[in-house]
Amino acid sequence: MAQVSGISDEQTSTPMSSNTILLRISRFNPEHDDSSQFMEFTVPYERWTTVLEAILDVKKRFDHSVAVRYSCRQATCGSCGMMINGKPRLACFTKISELNSNVVTVEPMNNFPIIRDLAVKFERLFNTHQKIKPYLIRDDSELESDEKEFLQSPEEVEQYIQFANCIKCGLCNSACPTMATDSSFVGPQALAQAYRYVADSRDKGKDSRLKIIDDSHGIWRCHFAGSCSQVCPKGVDPAMGIQLLRGYLLGFRS
Amino acid sequence: MTRDEHKEGIKGMINPSRYGIERFAYWLMRLTGLGLLAYFIGHIYETSNILRGQVGWNEFLELTQTTEGHAILAIVIAMCVFHTVNGIRVMLGHGGIGVGKPSRPDYPYDPASQNYRHKIGIYSAIVLAAIAMMYGLAVMFGE
Repeated sequence: MAQVSGISDEQTSTPMSSNTILLRISRFNPEHDDSSQFMEFTVPYERWTTVLEAILDVKKRFDHSVAVRYSCRQATCGSCGMMINGKPRLACFTKISELNSNVVTVEPMNNFPIIRDLAVKFERLFNTHQKIKPYLIRDDSELESDEKEFLQSPEEVEQYIQFANCIKCGLCNSACPTMATDSSFVGPQALAQAYRYVADSRDKGKDSRLKIIDDSHGIWRCHFAGSCSQVCPKGVDPAMGIQLLRGYLLGFRS
Repeated sequence: MTRDEHKEGIKGMINPSRYGIERFAYWLMRLTGLGLLAYFIGHIYETSNILRGQVGWNEFLELTQTTEGHAILAIVIAMCVFHTVNGIRVMLGHGGIGVGKPSRPDYPYDPASQNYRHKIGIYSAIVLAAIAMMYGLAVMFGE
């Protein structure tokens, strides 16, 4: 990494590490490439260096044409999802040191069309997310109500707040074995969000949402492999939400 | 699968190595389901031999009394037990039973749905399948 000038002596007293890794970046441009190819770069890293920082280092020093989407660099925007050493992860949330490998391979997320290199299209994810009506459905509003706002107890908030942490990074859809083969599957992201609103005590749209997901390519295609929950960087646990949601359809919950 | 969609495909779906024991159980469930379907079709063919009379029936039955026939039956026993036990676990999970309760997640975000109850269920299914298979082998080869 480029050393920043103007840092106080106290901060620079830690000796710079001489560790390096081989960063393999998948390159593919659908406009003129038939298949993807890997480009390899030797990149220095520190204990705290993230995969995204390594990729940006490559862009800065070796090849500025590497396409990667990123924004917040703190696992909040959900932009930098990619396959890192074979598993979907956020590049900004994955430290190179925690991979325990001298070779780091980055590829675009599976089950998403590639725009170029590591950047993928999110249209389908956003469409399925929109399909399950990700908003509160009720006849009145907080503006019309006598009370200033719709009150909820802490217990009622606990029912859905975990699922409200979703940042729509798409890692769950990338890990899902059903998404790997079914182009029409709604996907764990949208199903978990359906549960988020169904479980919200302020919402009155449960029946309409259950009707949307009660489809052959809807919730019944989930086989509880749990991979979505294992890769979620925000602890959303989509597998739990989906099974609880299915409990409504099977009559275990009301 | 098209290049445009960049889907992982069947190769990715059946890869059991990346996402822990739950994904392995998913893969085994698929595999044993297909195995039992194949056995079911073979079983229908086998029993249809009764239409050839007692001689035809006995001739075909002798095929199952071979070492290979016993080995296949032992595998069928294991598939049947795993599919049943893991199927009960999955069905309970599908009803939202044993998948944990929603709560504010704390780093490092261990998913509650992948809890010890389900892990015990998976390991139990594998162990029971192995025991049933060994019992079957002991009965068939222990004569």
